[in-house]
Amino acid sequence: MSQQKPRTIFEKIWDAHVVKRAEGYPDALFIDRHFIHEVTSPQAFDGLRKRNIPVFNTNRTTATADHNVPTKDQHLPIKEALSRHQVETLRKNCQEFGVELYDLGHPYQGIVHIIGPELGLTQPGMTIVCGDSHTSTHGAFGNIAFGIGTSEVEQVLATQCILQYRPKTMKIEINGALAKGVVSKDIILYIISKISASGATGFFVEYAGDTIRNLSMEARMTICNMSIEMGARGGLIAPDETTFNYMRGRKFAPQGEAFEQKVADWKKLTTDEGATYDVVLQYDAADIAPMITYGTNPGMGMKVTDRIPTVEELKEISEHASFKKSLEYMGLEQGASLLGKAVDYVFIGSCTNARIEDLRLVADMVKGKKKAENVEVWVIPGSKQVEAQAISEGLDKVFEAAGFELRSPGCSACLGMNEDKVPAGKYCISTSNRNFEGRQGPKSRTFLASPLSAAAAAITGRVTDVREFN
Amino acid sequence: MSKDKFTTLKTTAVPLPNENIDTDQIIPARFLKATTREGFGDNLFRDWRYDADNNPIAGFVLNDKKYSGKILVAGKNFGCGSSREHAAWAIYDFGFRVVVSSFFADIFKNNALNNGLLPIVVSDGFLKQMLEAIELNPKTEIVVDLVNQIMQVGAVKESFEINAYKKTCLMNGYDDIDYLLSLNKEIKEFDVAHA
Repeated sequence: MSQQKPRTIFEKIWDAHVVKRAEGYPDALFIDRHFIHEVTSPQAFDGLRKRNIPVFNTNRTTATADHNVPTKDQHLPIKEALSRHQVETLRKNCQEFGVELYDLGHPYQGIVHIIGPELGLTQPGMTIVCGDSHTSTHGAFGNIAFGIGTSEVEQVLATQCILQYRPKTMKIEINGALAKGVVSKDIILYIISKISASGATGFFVEYAGDTIRNLSMEARMTICNMSIEMGARGGLIAPDETTFNYMRGRKFAPQGEAFEQKVADWKKLTTDEGATYDVVLQYDAADIAPMITYGTNPGMGMKVTDRIPTVEELKEISEHASFKKSLEYMGLEQGASLLGKAVDYVFIGSCTNARIEDLRLVADMVKGKKKAENVEVWVIPGSKQVEAQAISEGLDKVFEAAGFELRSPGCSACLGMNEDKVPAGKYCISTSNRNFEGRQGPKSRTFLASPLSAAAAAITGRVTDVREFN
Repeated sequence: MSKDKFTTLKTTAVPLPNENIDTDQIIPARFLKATTREGFGDNLFRDWRYDADNNPIAGFVLNDKKYSGKILVAGKNFGCGSSREHAAWAIYDFGFRVVVSSFFADIFKNNALNNGLLPIVVSDGFLKQMLEAIELNPKTEIVVDLVNQIMQVGAVKESFEINAYKKTCLMNGYDDIDYLLSLNKEIKEFDVAHA
């Protein structure tokens, strides 16, 4: 055998999934695992019907209803007619084409990027796609996972493949110990604030360094989840003992001896000595503080103790108009501090931060305390399993005593597709991933932050530095 | 879905110079409830186009009679955020066939190409020139020649890149599934070998 060129983990997984590489064509990439939901799949199933073809391999696709579902009274028919029709269409399509569906009420239902990992469907070395940009979440297990459009959902349903050009590679390395009050959400908001909302467009990211190694799986998922917010196709973390320990015994993970055999294979999923990346960025964990966004894209973030920049401080003149428009939308002044700014809503949820660990962080922080009178607090668990776990640990009681509303699983106010909307002009501190104009409801204003920062704001009613919170 | 074939286009353009226009602006989530591909153009840029009472907002380019045409010219990082293909459908359904920017988000670019909507990347300088020309004279004629990969704005030309495969697809109205279905045997073998 000829000496192979050293490869990154990304290149190894990609190469192992190329069914056909032909001159003049993108790679035909085999997809191991496909997740679908009600919003981006109906037109894809219609396409199959028009072509009169079945789903290529139903064992490789899993469906759930999450984006457009109510978070109250999930046992009742969905009130809103269009939403009800969309969920019913998913039901009908899954039945007709033989796709497993974790429907409302099913113990495995939940946000698609939360249920994949918790069911053990998400595994190292895989290629994973879903018609949702936050599919990058799954990369925390050491796989190539990325969001696709509906035409591509149809491709995958029809052929289990997708036509793709290989993106460039970027390594983001973070070393050092995290300071008190700093969690993984702060790490990713910090990185995006450094490289901007388009800083990784065209790249697939590998996160490395001892800071990343020391994170739990749940914390790693939060980081990979937001890779898309800097434009990256996806982001991954090489699997290690933390990964294997998280996976062991999960419903669809290999069991017993078969699992240990898989672990031996997965351990080979590392970047070779001497492999190169198109771009390498390095950060020091000690420089990361609790973060908050002030603008209308996730790159517009700062340390919670910083001031909002002024136009004069911006690097690019071309950004001035967008920056001013953004602050005007947010009702904020250049150069102002956000500390002490009153908030109206607190949203704890989404595929970024609605796993059990996130709920525990929040519960630990607010135990025995009460929310401020000026805020409404929604806690939306990421899945039925997270919800059940939270209840079994008594977190529901903590939330209830604090005046927080614990609702049923779904994407909820992250994108405001269901009834959970932040009213016009109101401020919401949110553990979700996007602060775009109108994202949480028309004219809503979003501050992205960690679950800790959101919990602190729920109690004080204001933007708070968690390091000062008792 | 096979789309209309695209070779050349002679038209005017609509300028939208904002940067980082995300797909939530192009089509807000609350309008993603349809189960077909048609009709999204009515809600294109909904919250920039209409106020809370559904009255057109004066001053927004799509409400400004002086601008028309099949090309949307936008600031950098167009189409960032959500993977919703509804964004490409909305732009196409409204009547645009080309979007010009100095930088596109990856998923949006793929979605556009898969729907017969041509995303053209131009240099920052050319984008600025183009926006100025359109604002000065909204009737400025723009020619997009996909065959030769050239865009002409008034007297100024710039060539643009597009990968050969996607170009062939656009020019012939092919889509990716046609090609992938032809690999059925190889894919089946791969699937079995990697079960």
